[in-house]
Amino acid sequence: MVLDAKPASDTATARDTTLAAYRFMLLARLLDDKFAALYRAGKIHGGVFLGRGQEALSVAVGISLKKTDVFAPLIRDAAGRLAFGETVLDAVRTYLGSSLGPMHGRDGNVHRGRPQEGCLPMISHLGAMISVVNGVLFARRFKKISGTVGAACIGDGATSTGSFHEALNQAAVEKLPLVLVVADNQYAYSTPTSFQFACENLADKAIGYGVESYSVDGTDLSACLKIVSEAVSRARAGNGPQLVVAKLLRLCGHGEHDDSSYVDPKFKNSPLGRDCLKVAEEFLLQNKFTDAAQIAVWRSEAIREIEEAVAQVQREPLPDPFAENWSAISSEHLSETHSENGN
Amino acid sequence: MGTEITYIDAIREAQAHALRDDPRVFIYGQDVGAFGGAFKATKNLAKEFPGRVLDSPISEDAMVGLAVGAAIEGLRPIIEMQFADFSTVGFNQIVNQAATLFWRTNVPCPIVVRLPFGGTSGGGPFHSQCIETIYAHYPGLIVLTPATVEDAYSMLLEAVALDDPVIFCEHKFLYRHLKAEKLPSEALPIGKARIAREGRDLTIVTYSAMVHEALEAATELSAEGWEIEIVDLRSVKPLDTDTVMASVSRTGKLLCVGEAWPWGGVTAEIIARVASEGYGLLDAPPQRLNAKDTPVPYHPNLWTAHRPTARSVAAAARNLLRQ
Repeated sequence: MVLDAKPASDTATARDTTLAAYRFMLLARLLDDKFAALYRAGKIHGGVFLGRGQEALSVAVGISLKKTDVFAPLIRDAAGRLAFGETVLDAVRTYLGSSLGPMHGRDGNVHRGRPQEGCLPMISHLGAMISVVNGVLFARRFKKISGTVGAACIGDGATSTGSFHEALNQAAVEKLPLVLVVADNQYAYSTPTSFQFACENLADKAIGYGVESYSVDGTDLSACLKIVSEAVSRARAGNGPQLVVAKLLRLCGHGEHDDSSYVDPKFKNSPLGRDCLKVAEEFLLQNKFTDAAQIAVWRSEAIREIEEAVAQVQREPLPDPFAENWSAISSEHLSETHSENGN
Repeated sequence: MGTEITYIDAIREAQAHALRDDPRVFIYGQDVGAFGGAFKATKNLAKEFPGRVLDSPISEDAMVGLAVGAAIEGLRPIIEMQFADFSTVGFNQIVNQAATLFWRTNVPCPIVVRLPFGGTSGGGPFHSQCIETIYAHYPGLIVLTPATVEDAYSMLLEAVALDDPVIFCEHKFLYRHLKAEKLPSEALPIGKARIAREGRDLTIVTYSAMVHEALEAATELSAEGWEIEIVDLRSVKPLDTDTVMASVSRTGKLLCVGEAWPWGGVTAEIIARVASEGYGLLDAPPQRLNAKDTPVPYHPNLWTAHRPTARSVAAAARNLLRQ
């Protein structure tokens, strides 16, 4: 299926936005499920990282941004990426290492993006992406382009990094339109938040940086849409950096290699442990935004799109070490690999 | 500016030139704005180029991260690290963010990170380091080490024009020590080494401030009848192996001198290349002289013994010449 462009915010009803968001969440969940299946079948090199349980927050970020904004997703942001405009094909090509993908097999899985189209390809040191978003926003201002917002997404773990501190402070000093979204999903890999930070709520950190902040229930799509779009609007309106902290639970391992047996059952049985996709579905049905038959159609359309993409990519060329130019710099004449000894 | 131009003047002038010629260029770093930088490398530039020479918080990581984002958007950032030693705080952004961007995405990352590096008397452990080797080790970076006023100017200008991340190692000892009559109008391109002195008996390969120690040693040895050839690498990455090999083929003897620490590094790399690719050219085992394997000492008595000097270079050369 090809989803319609997201509705313009000034004309869209909450209903349309919520429905569009739900469809991206559904597509993301099914895409993640496919990656998990391919991983179990041994078809994916390296890790697989899912967004299960984080789709509501993720889609709220992607759908609240304009195409001309900048987005630095985290490893669980399939929904946000799709809503921002990443194609299923880009995701599948990167996971399967197609040489036609945006990373050409040089990088894989969630480390993908198209920097010149506003989607920044993360490095694994996730906190380090925040200041890169700052740089894009700084450059837009430098070029006298107004109205750009940049969203950087991190987990609770990245809030402990020096990069987080430096970048949020930098954004505050420069009054950049940064929306920093923290998915406080209770675990950084296996480390519980009690070993990560000692404040009551990560949103409390905002005051120390002189930025505005929000707390939101990350399992509630409507709440995420409301809060994230408000933060994006305030950033766009010139109110400086915005910190959004969503509480939720990662409903999978850190990666598919991880059985997450360490997750405390008390979380799973708490409101945090709700599956945001099911919560959103119930909300849509209860409010008669749509019906079960329509959801079934969307589901089968999403599955077809994913299966077609996988089938296509599996026929595509893989990276060829003999065709690779092995130059890490664009000034090829200065590349060490091109030395006369031909190593 | 007077008739004499110093190495630091050349760096300031190159930046002024870049700012004047290219509206995409901006400078970002600690105290670089109205104050003009800790070493005055950006003196008056904030006034001459409003909004383009900006003070940063003390956040080396975020400074480089911002530069990468700006480069993605087509700007040409120059980042001034106040001291090379502090760049380790921004190391991750340099080696994992800037250095991998082009390889991963085909989007170039044209940033210049200026590192005031190398020892000065009284600098001590955290204001003296030579860390060109660490950056040269990583793919995706170009590492420059100009030894002259002319090269400081022309190589910085060329660095800003390159589409790749450049680590520009400018030696603090040379800042006000070196003087030239005028700025160059043409120069060797980046990637080409220079014969700083011609000779027939032994080749010294070196770079940055050590070029001058080697030249002084060569003068001393000349009085003893030895003619030393000195190769100034100019750029440690890429490394101009051809010029090194050609010199060794003329002299048969190789001494590599670096101010950096001895384990691994530029001098070791040159010896490895010459030994493997030019073994037959050598009349004696190639030698290297580096700083001692300790942090850089504070007191001049210790500091002058810690790093190579004209005297220790001459002594090492004599040992090799007698073989």
